[in-house]
Amino acid sequence: MGATSVASPAPLNSAPSSFPSLKALKFTTKQQELLIRVSALALIYVLAFVVRLFSVLRYESMIHEFDPYFNYRTTLFLTKNGFSEFWNWFDSESWYPLGRIIGGTLYPGLMVTAALIHRILHFFSFAVHIREVCVLTAPFFASNTTLVAYFFGKEIWDSGAGLVAAALIAICPGYISRSVAGSYDNEGVAIFALLLTFYLFVKAVNTGSLAWSLASAFGYFYMVSAWGGYVFIINLVPLYVLVLLVTGRYSMRLYVAYNCMYVVGMLLAMQIRFVGFQHVQSGEHMAAMGVFFLLQVFYFLDWVKYILNDIKLFHSFLRITLTCAITVGVLALSIGTASGYISPWTGRFYSLLDPTYAKDHIPIIASVSEHQPTAWSSFMFDFHILLFLFPAGLYFCFKRLSDATIFVVMYGLTSMYFAGVMVRLILVAAPAMCLVSSIAVSATVKNLSSLVRAKSKSPQGSGKPLSGSKAAAKASADQSLPFQKNGAIALLLGALYLLCRYAIHCTWVTSEAYSSPSIVLAARGHGGGRVIFDDYREAYYWLRQNTPPDAKVMSWWDYGYQITAMGNRTVIVDNNTWNNTHIATVGRAMSSYEHEAYEIMLSLDVNYVLVVFGGVTGYSSDDINKFLWMVRIGGGVFPVIKEPDYLVNGEFRVDKGAAPKMLNCLMYKLCYYRFGEMTTEYGKPPGYDRVRGVEIGNKDIKLEYLEEAFTTSNWIVRIYKVKPPKNRW
Amino acid sequence: MTTKATRPNKKPIYFPVPPVSFVSSLFPSAINKIKRQNEIESDLISVQLLHQNKIREQIRCAIEMAKSTNDAQLLIQSLRKAYAATPTNLKIIDLYVVYAVATALIQVGYMAIVGSFPFNSFLSGVLSCVGTAVLAVCLRIQVNKDNKEFKDLPPERAFADFILCNLVLHLVIMNFLG
Repeated sequence: MGATSVASPAPLNSAPSSFPSLKALKFTTKQQELLIRVSALALIYVLAFVVRLFSVLRYESMIHEFDPYFNYRTTLFLTKNGFSEFWNWFDSESWYPLGRIIGGTLYPGLMVTAALIHRILHFFSFAVHIREVCVLTAPFFASNTTLVAYFFGKEIWDSGAGLVAAALIAICPGYISRSVAGSYDNEGVAIFALLLTFYLFVKAVNTGSLAWSLASAFGYFYMVSAWGGYVFIINLVPLYVLVLLVTGRYSMRLYVAYNCMYVVGMLLAMQIRFVGFQHVQSGEHMAAMGVFFLLQVFYFLDWVKYILNDIKLFHSFLRITLTCAITVGVLALSIGTASGYISPWTGRFYSLLDPTYAKDHIPIIASVSEHQPTAWSSFMFDFHILLFLFPAGLYFCFKRLSDATIFVVMYGLTSMYFAGVMVRLILVAAPAMCLVSSIAVSATVKNLSSLVRAKSKSPQGSGKPLSGSKAAAKASADQSLPFQKNGAIALLLGALYLLCRYAIHCTWVTSEAYSSPSIVLAARGHGGGRVIFDDYREAYYWLRQNTPPDAKVMSWWDYGYQITAMGNRTVIVDNNTWNNTHIATVGRAMSSYEHEAYEIMLSLDVNYVLVVFGGVTGYSSDDINKFLWMVRIGGGVFPVIKEPDYLVNGEFRVDKGAAPKMLNCLMYKLCYYRFGEMTTEYGKPPGYDRVRGVEIGNKDIKLEYLEEAFTTSNWIVRIYKVKPPKNRW
Repeated sequence: MTTKATRPNKKPIYFPVPPVSFVSSLFPSAINKIKRQNEIESDLISVQLLHQNKIREQIRCAIEMAKSTNDAQLLIQSLRKAYAATPTNLKIIDLYVVYAVATALIQVGYMAIVGSFPFNSFLSGVLSCVGTAVLAVCLRIQVNKDNKEFKDLPPERAFADFILCNLVLHLVIMNFLG
């Protein structure tokens, strides 16, 4: 401390030479509260970013999975060639020979955001590579999501709930799974945009201001540019308006908020080429338009009722208007649907309402692993204590119903339904769960701590006559619960324990389950050391360096994006899956005999075939395990491929008892070529497939039209060259 | 919801004034007088009663029909009267809304004649009219002094919001026009 004495504290300004005494740091309670809140938010912001960095620290800064490679490639193109080239890009390197109109078939929000951050950083002379920006975009936006969650929580309940919501969503595994560093996918940005749009809309409904409504329209525009899941917003908001109208909680503010957001938002959304005119033509967007017209009629009637001031006249007017409006509406809807102008719900979204639809009709949607229904364990894994805090929060919301809490309740319930239908949509439910649970936590902790802080009042009213039985009951209650304060402290400690367990669980889940870049595999070796399988990148770089630049590679659609991004070669089909027939052609080629497949490959100008095989390492997501989906998709378009041909008694086998067509199809041959001589496990015969757990049936494979070009060091990726047709003489 | 202003309930006046009440008030005394006289006159009176009932029914029917046509007329009249009471600035906004909606309808009619290619131009034209109409209605709501919810909102702020939203709307329209 300073040399000057602090017997009489001098004011700050007049003691420049001494250190500031501790008394100068005395804040008022309000300032202290603000300081605590701001520092808590800052810590939560940093935490959300840091918890997602496991894979960067363990492996390296690289892009994970499959879809992010396409996003990375387009972002690279955008930074190199500018926005105009990007917006009008026709790519001839994928879907050979069809090509793909990339500019018109992607959601540009993510790429534009990353390119913008890259440009800003370069402007401030931080010369980072675009790949680093791409890898760290998702954690950055996760941090921003926590901020939005704080403001949203403050709007629906109070600032305490906002803080808890921010803390919960910073580490919620359901959100981390799709926003970890390296997962450069649309959802990383889309969840931020979703929550921002919802927050701005709720703010607009609460204040009735056109400015907030305009902001929510911009939030909606950002969401539309980022992800196809914007359909959730454009259906939830009209549903919310409808619920408010039906329950009689409508007000002028609702009219202002919804109308401005709908009209301006719809116009902005139509600027994205991929969305196009869907807002006026697609069945999925008709709810919003219907509610728009309903609102006009409703509020017009309300205004007429107000100025007429006479019930009987108003009733007759009501009758006339309602009949006109209903006839016009029903007529327009029926004509539109019958003539096909209003297209029905697309398969992707229809399968959310009817989960069995995709399995029977659209096998390619049913085959995606992220589209499977959710198991109970996934819910517990991804939400932990939020699962039982959610109903508690619902109870609190219903106790204090307002426009904002009704919205959060509806968001929570609808998103929980969709999370149950499709695993991928747990992500959409995560913010709702965190918000509603935060209300429960905040309200409970507040009540308990007020009990703890209440000074135990001795019954002063012994002199006064006790008025009524209430005071007597209160006095007796005070006396009958002497351990109230202790009970409250115990419950608070219990709540603290639960939240600590939640944090431990989330960290463990993030570290173990969600931080693996699927392109690099890790396992424990015999000595306990970590063994890394980098076979994918090895194969792609081999392709890049050892094949002619115009070579065409045929593989299953899962690997298309990675081949174009890292191998820089033309592919036949990729993860966009926009052309089912083309994919079915590849599936047919993979499941036919070699000479039939050769015809198909010649017709598609294929030079190389790439398959993924896990039999040596025990890697279970290989092409043999995906083979039945190839058969189903191929058989869906070409009836010559029949699934029962590949099964024995309904069972899928690759050993001696397998179906003969299975033992001789192209996929089998390419995967197991020369595998019969290989010993994979101690004590098992050669040709033992470690994934299927059997010795393979056909060990003596001879390839007539293809030759082996490259097999990676652990046999995970195998590349074959297609031989040119033989000379005729 | 806006709160209702306290105005006295006005009873609607039907034309013509039904004479039924007058006749029925006369009749009981007439009956008593005639009953004291001879029976022939009582027969006459019963016939007259029947006749009066028929006339009563006919008058009632006429009043019903007059009611329905007069209802529409009355509706329009009372609407007109009530609307005349709104302040002038709100009437200007209403005129603008009507103009915008009329322009939108004209565009739809033109599209029906000429065809909808290019669709983006048609959409941007119609949506600009609808959008500006809707924004004007929002302005009217916020400026209307009878709305208790927007009591604290200064009309300059409401107008500034209106201008801003219109600016954004028309910028997007100009981009979308093609």
